[in-house]
Amino acid sequence: MKNTFIGTPMERREDLRFLRGRGEYVDDLKVEGLLYAVILRSSVAHGRIASLDTSGARKCPGVHTVITAKDMPEGVPIIPMRLQPLPEFKPYEQPVLAHEKVRYVGEPVAVVLAESVALGEDALEAIGLEIEPLPAIPDHATAARNKSLLFEATGTNGSLVFHARKGDADAVFRDAPYTRRERLSTGRHYGLTMEPRGVMAQWHAETGRLTVSGAAKVPFFNRRILAKQIGLPEAAIEMIENDVGGGYGARGEFYPEDFLIPFAARHTNRPVKWIEDRRENLMAMNHAREATADIEIACTRAGTILALRGDIHNDMGAYMRTNGAVGARNVCQFLAGPYRVPHVKVDSHLWMTNKTPVGTYRGPGRFESNFFLERLIDMVAADLGIDRVEFRRRNLVTQAEQPYPIAHVQPTDAKDQYDSGEYGAAFEQCLEEIGWHEKARLCGRLIDGRYHGLGVSCFIEGGAAGPKETARLEINDDGTFSVYLGTTSVGQGVETIFAQIAADALEVPIDRIRHVHHGSTHYVSEGFGAYHSRSTVMGGSALLDATRNLHAAIRAAGAKRLGCDASAIAIDGEKVSSSDGRSFPLSELAGLTAEGTFQNHHHTYSYGTHAAHVAVDPKLGRIEIIDYVVVQDVGRAVNPLTLKGQVIGAVVQGLGGACLEHLQYDDEGQFLTGSLADYLLPTATDFPNLRCVITENYPSPDNPLGAKGAGEGGIIAAGGALANAVAHALAPFGAEPRTLPLTPSKVWELVGRKKG
Amino acid sequence: MKTRFEVNGREVEVVVEPRLTFADCLRHHLRLTGTHVGCEHGVCGACTVLVDGKAVRSCLMLAVQADGSKVVTVEGLSNDEGLTPLQASFRKHHALQCGFCTPGMITTAHALLSEEPDCDADRVREVLSGNLCRCTGYVSIVEAVLDARAAYKSGTR
Repeated sequence: MKNTFIGTPMERREDLRFLRGRGEYVDDLKVEGLLYAVILRSSVAHGRIASLDTSGARKCPGVHTVITAKDMPEGVPIIPMRLQPLPEFKPYEQPVLAHEKVRYVGEPVAVVLAESVALGEDALEAIGLEIEPLPAIPDHATAARNKSLLFEATGTNGSLVFHARKGDADAVFRDAPYTRRERLSTGRHYGLTMEPRGVMAQWHAETGRLTVSGAAKVPFFNRRILAKQIGLPEAAIEMIENDVGGGYGARGEFYPEDFLIPFAARHTNRPVKWIEDRRENLMAMNHAREATADIEIACTRAGTILALRGDIHNDMGAYMRTNGAVGARNVCQFLAGPYRVPHVKVDSHLWMTNKTPVGTYRGPGRFESNFFLERLIDMVAADLGIDRVEFRRRNLVTQAEQPYPIAHVQPTDAKDQYDSGEYGAAFEQCLEEIGWHEKARLCGRLIDGRYHGLGVSCFIEGGAAGPKETARLEINDDGTFSVYLGTTSVGQGVETIFAQIAADALEVPIDRIRHVHHGSTHYVSEGFGAYHSRSTVMGGSALLDATRNLHAAIRAAGAKRLGCDASAIAIDGEKVSSSDGRSFPLSELAGLTAEGTFQNHHHTYSYGTHAAHVAVDPKLGRIEIIDYVVVQDVGRAVNPLTLKGQVIGAVVQGLGGACLEHLQYDDEGQFLTGSLADYLLPTATDFPNLRCVITENYPSPDNPLGAKGAGEGGIIAAGGALANAVAHALAPFGAEPRTLPLTPSKVWELVGRKKG
Repeated sequence: MKTRFEVNGREVEVVVEPRLTFADCLRHHLRLTGTHVGCEHGVCGACTVLVDGKAVRSCLMLAVQADGSKVVTVEGLSNDEGLTPLQASFRKHHALQCGFCTPGMITTAHALLSEEPDCDADRVREVLSGNLCRCTGYVSIVEAVLDARAAYKSGTR
């Protein structure tokens, strides 16, 4: 039975429970004897803890105890870097509870354990916390002056500089016929998940085992960290992944609470649950994106890009935490985007500030670098008198140049190359789809009180991070199959996608894939998780290997049972037969299981183009999207229905970052956007007109599915496309947007600046 | 305080603190965990339930205020046999990903379509603009609600 579930738009399995209110998220769990944790957080951005008195809180009704750094006599554990674990970052890593100093508003200082959340919150008021304020560092420029230091011992607020290098950019700039330098910046966003974070921990004193519910994204990594911090063998800790209400890179990294709640459970010998509220979430979940680029481009007069160089300054917040360096690495590594740039010299500076620490947010460093370069390209094309479409056409990498090498990044020794693709083809298709040639004449025209403009932006999306992934198949009692995955679900439809891949590989009807289990640490020997658009490619390829191994195990069992050679065994999905016609049902092999792995040495690079048609109201500063098209080549689409959902959903997140979202601090490092009335997200009325076209022209040469990671392309180019469209709409004012988000007041400034 | 109301056709009586929100009452006292809490300040709409037929944010309401009312949650808009036409339309259009905002979307859309089965796309967007979704970008949710209008018009919902 040859299936073609892969490539077919399929409705999702998980919808049946989500739509009926039957999902099970971590706050839906309840066990006997539960204590509720609430966390005292610093209200001061930078200061020394003068005193911490919890005696009053301990006497409050319903309070079981209060945990502070003093309850950790062996030292307060430090959260290690998961990715780019460089020795340079060590001094900047975060203790799970602040002691001595606080470095951002929202930093955990103490944990109250009470019989209810409300009683715990009451008790927070009774904790005496005195902080002697120190001068706050509210931005990268202040950090660079090194007058006030977050970490006195290091003598600097700069934790690292990434160097992206290719060719000899300085030599090219010396003789370049044309150069232009620009300063551009992006706002501070975060991967706001609709479900706030949560952890429930149960300590089983009699067996010395710990169960942690609420795990997400990278449970195996986090178990390794927790085991070391809490002094247990990894095997004594079970991380349980429940339904997860969104990830976007931010949820599931190891945060202070991921130690504090298991610690509290062991400390009290009671099960403990902590659920973040939204205000906490805004100041405690990883921030992202805030970067300022001072970059320069060199070109020929005919519009060939020769070189890029410059400095990018990243506002890292107060600590280097788990994956916090990824955005700053990517922003220099991928500044050249999908373009042929033979010489690159870009330094990316990591500045510590008194803000919430940063981590990855969907398209980390890629959204920022795309905005920087794509804005620059529009300005350069205008300078050189070359149509901006023609300029891009001349510089996009072609399939003939693949695999195309990109800038080498130190000190992580990150060397990479693009894998396959004719980037110009997606570009032309996108222009065609939006009707660029007919609409281009509208640019800068005032129609019914609004200026119209078109913008275009080309992107590359990295996916399929290594080193490997694991999947396991098992035969059930009724002869159906169960799939177990080392990767995780953050809401992207893993159960459906892996059922499709398994049914095709096993050559069985899809309803014979009874369950797809994922995430929890007891399903497979070793798992890696859901980040860098890797689940489908890595987990799917591992599942193909598991299928081969299961088939081999079935053949071996069948050969033994039927007394023939394994090569004579045939498997049809329901029964096992020998060549002489004898057979037995597969269900008789119930419990037979096989694991498979996929090792990866090459990232995948899907690619494409965004084009936007906007109308800008110069009086209100409002930007309306008249039409918006994404064309993305993904190599191979496993489920086109869910893939389109990924692209459109990501576009709206990106447009939120381009128009609305910014985590605002004042000069004292005080956090000003602590509610969803302050941190504005896109709503259903904001961006109605969005389309995407998925193509499969250049499958990945590096994995058996041919698939490329594709969950982030929708966000990467949104800032560039939107800002370019606004620039061309407001061309009569000479507007050149150089910062995001383009809030109404920023648009008004762009219009007013020329007039005034 | 003793509070009595009807939820999903069942009479219930709970003893609650006056400060308990209705969302927490539904979730933690009545274990109706389909209603989700996303912000606790009335912006995200994940906790939307129907109180006497109107879509209401249960995080902005105290449990004691429910006294004497008829309440329907996402569980009450569901059945064991399969999906309702509105739910099936959400599934068909891939109008959900992580599922966290979904119960609030279903209750809000149900209230809208029950009152205005002829609503147009602009009206759907206007009403749904009080419910945040971070996964879908809303396009598919609007399509799903529009596609479910027929069932409400014909009374087959």
